[in-house]
Amino acid sequence: MSNINPHEKKQKLKKEMKSNVTKKEPISSRRRFFLDMGRAVGLATLGGLTWSAYVDEVSASKLTLRPPGALKEEDFLATCIKCGMCVEACPFDTLSLAKPGDNKPLGTPYFIPREIPCYMCPDIPCVPVCPTGALDIMSLKSDKKELDINQADMGLAVIDDENCIAFWGIQCDACYRACPILGEAITIEYEKNERTGKHSFMKPVVHSDTCTGCGLCERACVTEKAAIFVLPREIALGHAGNYYIKGWDKDDEKRLSETVSTEGQETKKGKSALDTLNSGMEDLY
Amino acid sequence: MKTLLMKNRYLILRRFTQVSVMALYIIANVYGINILMGNLSSSMFLGLVPLSDPYAVMQMFAAGAILTFDVIIGALIIMIFYAIVGGRVFCSWVCPVNIITDLANYLRRTLGFNQIQKKQPASRNIRYWVIALSVIISFILGITAFEFISPISMVHRGLIFGLGLGWAAMLIIFLFDLFVLKNGWCGHICPLGGFYSLVGKFSLIRVKHDADKCTACMKCKEVCPEMQVLHMVAKESKPVLSGECTNCARCIEVCDDDALIFSIRNKKNGEKNEIN
Repeated sequence: MSNINPHEKKQKLKKEMKSNVTKKEPISSRRRFFLDMGRAVGLATLGGLTWSAYVDEVSASKLTLRPPGALKEEDFLATCIKCGMCVEACPFDTLSLAKPGDNKPLGTPYFIPREIPCYMCPDIPCVPVCPTGALDIMSLKSDKKELDINQADMGLAVIDDENCIAFWGIQCDACYRACPILGEAITIEYEKNERTGKHSFMKPVVHSDTCTGCGLCERACVTEKAAIFVLPREIALGHAGNYYIKGWDKDDEKRLSETVSTEGQETKKGKSALDTLNSGMEDLY
Repeated sequence: MKTLLMKNRYLILRRFTQVSVMALYIIANVYGINILMGNLSSSMFLGLVPLSDPYAVMQMFAAGAILTFDVIIGALIIMIFYAIVGGRVFCSWVCPVNIITDLANYLRRTLGFNQIQKKQPASRNIRYWVIALSVIISFILGITAFEFISPISMVHRGLIFGLGLGWAAMLIIFLFDLFVLKNGWCGHICPLGGFYSLVGKFSLIRVKHDADKCTACMKCKEVCPEMQVLHMVAKESKPVLSGECTNCARCIEVCDDDALIFSIRNKKNGEKNEIN
């Protein structure tokens, strides 16, 4: 390259400049169309991904307590139109609509039992006003087709037995007394207090099959921060799965008849035991 | 004084309807006077007539919700109403965000921001893309995508049920319209406005232009939030046929020459050539 004479270099430069100029000429309408389309699609993708990420994030909060009769959370988020008519219908001002800053799916109804619990009105005014069926009246009807608030499933009360003073041996049955399904959703279990030798523990126990999650117990709890509190069922309950079964309970065996066997499928995908042993154990660490 | 009233007659009426609709919702929530229960997403009129936001219902459908009879009827009533009186009548006569963006637009004009920023570097078709996106996202994520970010809902829901940080949404729209893009929210981005533009495409109530009376002062284009719909001003006598016209009637008020009036589409006054 170094032996090119200056004159030639100059001409080459001029040529390059010329080609640069031609590049700046207006692009064809065909090309413009494709560029415009590409830009629009690209921008839409950009906006769509940002939007999806945000919406996915805000709807991921699983700690929201819903009004009675609410559909499963994912169906509820698709169905609730956020009109607030359940909020207006509630005579106790239990329900609120999530505002910006509440860190809950925006505009959806919820309640905080420690502030105002659900008082379980027998006529359930919040549910029939729902225009979309996000609050499902059918789920609150008894076998006799009558409204039955005890069918509600807003959540499940959970006891922190380290901070519940009844578990310390101090007599307190505030939650038990507050429970609208007295003696069924919360029962008191008696146990000898070995420390004193002459007193008994009176421990509250929540029964998940009858508890509606109304939160009257949480409201009534005497400790500074409630030692009994309502959580959505999916959070509060574990799941034993199909490996364990109550052999002494005939009804529990029925669970198995509905399951689909996945036996053998998982081992086929992975390495055999011999391969693993012969590999020098590297993939075990 | 009388001329001031005449010059703002529709503006005053619009503010009146906007405020009274919100007031009806608020008294239903606060005092239990149930003339109009709910909010702009879905309401119950006189405890009898269901009303629903058809755009929200569309997203619910895309999200896979089972639609009840009530929301379908409610959405149809709203659709038919706006299909007749003009889709974007919702925007300028009902939607509370309109008050915010009108204020931003007013300040833009009076303070002179329009002079320092003459070109608006964004397409007014963004709103239709946002509609398409909202349906796609609703379908994929199974939730009503726009309803989770809608500043419109934040505002009307906030006014009725408590604002929270909703004031920030109002401020964002205001600042965006004032400093970033003229008519940015209502005229470019808002998918609800876009939706109602499509709903009102064949509506009956139209602003009509009379080019013979027009003196080409262009006051109408200056105040119009969707000035592309006034393309015929000073050129041709014909009605404004774009669905994007909000029927806000500002152009009618500011016109000193009576060159713009409300009329019924397809009126038999020899306008055959104007109907598309």
